[in-house]
Amino acid sequence: MTRQDRQNVATLCAERAGLRVDPEKEYLIENRLGPVARREGFGSIPDLLQAVRDRGDERLASAVVEAMSPAETAFFRDPPSVELAVAQAFTNLARRREGEALRIWVAACGSGQEIYSVAMLLDEQTPPGVTIDLCASDLSDRRLEKARSGVYSQFEVQRGLPAQRLVRHFEKRDDSFVVAQRLRQMVRWRRVNLLEDMTPLGPFDLVFCRNVLGGMLGTARTLALGNLKKVLTPDGYLVLGLGDPAGDLTTLPGQPGIYRAEAGRRAA
Amino acid sequence: MKTCLVVDDSRVIRKVARRILEDLGFEVAEAADGVDALAWCATAMPDVILLDWNMPGMTGLEVLRRLRQEPGGDAPRVVFCTVENELDRIREALALGADEYIMKPFDGDIVAGKLALAGAL
Repeated sequence: MTRQDRQNVATLCAERAGLRVDPEKEYLIENRLGPVARREGFGSIPDLLQAVRDRGDERLASAVVEAMSPAETAFFRDPPSVELAVAQAFTNLARRREGEALRIWVAACGSGQEIYSVAMLLDEQTPPGVTIDLCASDLSDRRLEKARSGVYSQFEVQRGLPAQRLVRHFEKRDDSFVVAQRLRQMVRWRRVNLLEDMTPLGPFDLVFCRNVLGGMLGTARTLALGNLKKVLTPDGYLVLGLGDPAGDLTTLPGQPGIYRAEAGRRAA
Repeated sequence: MKTCLVVDDSRVIRKVARRILEDLGFEVAEAADGVDALAWCATAMPDVILLDWNMPGMTGLEVLRRLRQEPGGDAPRVVFCTVENELDRIREALALGADEYIMKPFDGDIVAGKLALAGAL
């Protein structure tokens, strides 16, 4: 793979998803795109990239971008953030009309560990009579498909998931572990590019978008952050990764990574 | 320095676990069966026990049952580390007082994560 090939990958990812890909990271690019080339029947990554360029094949181009987007995930990653954020969202309930749903969105849900972590907390903590609207999205159709299935390997369920929650919220199917149907049924799934207008999805009381913005280029990051803020209710909360840039938002005292919608609007 | 007793009849598993645990800052002791493990605990109760299920003589479950009846036996964090991967087995271990559960094969990240969940790090 030539440097020009790698630069083409970086350009494609920047244009389509605002992703920051360093063309000097040859190993990373080969590691991510090798499986795509094999899956799609190409003899090499350059052959795959040539097809993307020459054919203008939308599906192939999406596959390349999806493969290059961050995929690292685990159940209950940074657990205090998840639990505090859900607790904050419940405080909003007191101000709601009876019967109004509490709306939560996990953007960039990857292969589903975060949305199911939230679903487990809600299953355990939601007071009777409260309606929850839980939405998950990702840029990648393949990851959405995996997330929707709720099927995880033994290795995956041992990353961040307490054994007590494994036995409470999963079933065993052959060598895999499957999220209980009651949790899977809580979630509606959407393919969403954070660079596009997301207001039709919302508004939401709580939005998770963790460890995504840090991997985006500056302009794209500003656009995505603005889009996320637009879908928050006036008293909503945005949860970002601990290292994610947050623009003009400030964290709640003692609750790193959790941002109040109103604070950002006043500061803007 | 916290102490961890690795209880497993496989020398290879004990060696792998020792390396991971020492990297995490534990002082590690080893026992090849349940009798040996309980003898260790009677002498010096460890902070953490990494416990296999299937061993000759006494199962890990029986080790845990007896340990929890000993004076001071409720103190160690007990993390099962076993090939038993049925949910009913995990429920059984948790009901008897296991703090966490690792299904083999494992790696350093899994051990570190499970020890953290068990409050042992």
